[in-house]
Amino acid sequence: MAVIRNIHPLDRFLRPERLPHMWCPGCGIGIALSAFLRAVNELEEEGRIDSRKIVFVTGIGCTARASGYVRFDAAHTPHGRAIPYAMGVKLANPDLIPVVFSGDGDIVGIGGNHFIHAARRNMDMLVIMVNNMIYALTGGQVAPTTPEKIYTTTTPWGNPERPFNAVTLAWIAGANYVARWSVTHPELLKNSIKKALLMEGFRFIEVLSICPEVYGRHIGFRSPVELYTHLRKVVKIRGKIRPLETEYDWERGITLGEFVVRDEPGFVRRLMEVVKGGKA
Amino acid sequence: MGEASLGFLNANQAAAEGAITAGLKFFAGYPITPASDLFEYLAKKLPKYGGVVVQSEDEIAAINAIIGASWAGAKAMTATSGPGFSLMAESIGFAAMTETPIVIIQNMRAGPSTGVATATGQGEVMQSRWVSHGHYGIVVLTPFSSQEAYDLTIKAFNIAERLRVPVVVLMDYVLVHTRERVVLKKPPEVEVLERKKPTKPPGEYRPYEPDPEDLVPPMANYGEGYAVLVESMAHDERGYYAPVDDVYERLVKRLVDKIEVNRHMVVESATYHTDDAEVLFVAFGSVARSVMSVVKEARMEGKKYGLFRPISLWPMDEKGLRKAAENAEQVIVVEMNYGQLVREVERIVRDKPVHLVPLLKLDLPTPEEIVEAARRWL
Repeated sequence: MAVIRNIHPLDRFLRPERLPHMWCPGCGIGIALSAFLRAVNELEEEGRIDSRKIVFVTGIGCTARASGYVRFDAAHTPHGRAIPYAMGVKLANPDLIPVVFSGDGDIVGIGGNHFIHAARRNMDMLVIMVNNMIYALTGGQVAPTTPEKIYTTTTPWGNPERPFNAVTLAWIAGANYVARWSVTHPELLKNSIKKALLMEGFRFIEVLSICPEVYGRHIGFRSPVELYTHLRKVVKIRGKIRPLETEYDWERGITLGEFVVRDEPGFVRRLMEVVKGGKA
Repeated sequence: MGEASLGFLNANQAAAEGAITAGLKFFAGYPITPASDLFEYLAKKLPKYGGVVVQSEDEIAAINAIIGASWAGAKAMTATSGPGFSLMAESIGFAAMTETPIVIIQNMRAGPSTGVATATGQGEVMQSRWVSHGHYGIVVLTPFSSQEAYDLTIKAFNIAERLRVPVVVLMDYVLVHTRERVVLKKPPEVEVLERKKPTKPPGEYRPYEPDPEDLVPPMANYGEGYAVLVESMAHDERGYYAPVDDVYERLVKRLVDKIEVNRHMVVESATYHTDDAEVLFVAFGSVARSVMSVVKEARMEGKKYGLFRPISLWPMDEKGLRKAAENAEQVIVVEMNYGQLVREVERIVRDKPVHLVPLLKLDLPTPEEIVEAARRWL
């Protein structure tokens, strides 16, 4: 089958021969991925990054399937293990730029401990967590990010659990950069990724996404547009507020913005300093 | 110029030295008895050789970190014991599936579960082969001295890098706390192999396309411009997910067959008085040292005992074992579990009575204890 190449400026970061992708119509993951690719493209055009140094690491889940579609050095690791894998990549070759791009279940569910410790170490990597608030690939089970009282297939009477606010978690664990955006505002997301890509230490960007097929449909949204329109009402962009003041609530609202920008030395620099300066 | 030096080391230190000789550049680990002192030894020493040592939050992170580091171009290793090895299970399969060179030192202690952390055991004969789900190839080597811990760790790296497989060095509690003389070597006195590099340019190179003669694909590292996809799902030669019969069958067969095809690189065993042995003992690891004493003393009394000691446990030297058992009337498998290695020996030696001597003891059994336990066949 003939493949038409380079008809889109971002095709050089993709494997067009693998299309069509496996994401459902109306899924938000493509918007998040596109924001990332545009950020890389712009930075490269500005001469501020070499995209061949990017290592695109994912775990398991809908979002994690992105590693198969991008044309970077990449890995599709076991469930929850993208962060430690990326740690090994960075420590073995500090010239590389690991980017973890994965879902909420992968990052703060099964991989939650790795997330906390990578942030604590200020491990040099960018983590983009696409949060659809559900385990989507397996059919709609409750996630650590599912809002309270929401119907899921494993909480058919409504979710009794309190969700993580991943922003406060990343902040308290010690991340250098923490932001939350939404697929309803892709330009702000892209700018945030551009900024975070150039920083050192642990950078965390949460992207609220929509899963019309198993999150939205199960709670009564009849189309992707309906869910998308509702999410626009749920999210509230706030400037200059602290992580503890952010909200994560389907009813009261979910706060978007940039909440932590620190310039503490990343793990690679810390490690080099102690090894050079110390005695063992 | 190769130059040898002498060390007085336990098997943990010897394995660490072997790893350094082999070119180790990245180690990740999590504290566990009896593997922590290997970790501590490297933490102090490896940075002087330009390597990185990091303590991860658990063994799952350690194994995934070394897999990532390997793709970033480093020779990479971790060390653990039973409980940690069990935690690593899923990602050892990930390494096998993605054909990632890594070395895992596994110091067996008494299990199951937490068991006895400060006692020896050999409960992971089967687990070391089948630790992860699915069917795949893996190599397991078992030293019985500090010298072998050194030599076999170098060999483990050579196999891992050249065949793109995870290699387990299966040691035990007694070995890692026994200090003895070790001859430390340097290339060219000792052979150190590197992974095969791509011969095709980016765009044409396919990360899982094997060379036909050895079934091993050349390996491009991250950062070299090849846009390598490390894919845990069933994949074709490009690394693209391919849930179709012929691709799946081709992949799984090759993951197993590439070790068979390169068996000569892997298979190793030692024999002791086996030429005319009427009673053949089979044992590995520290317990083989006690069995060796049994054989030695029996020979002084004119009894024709012998010992076959597998050095590569998976795959085992099947021909060597059959040959050693040629004149035997009895084959006695001595192992510190309730019967694992014996199953393999029964499979390989089909025409002789094979007996099991299971020693569920917490310390190294003495030769007398072994003779006593095996008495009804002697």
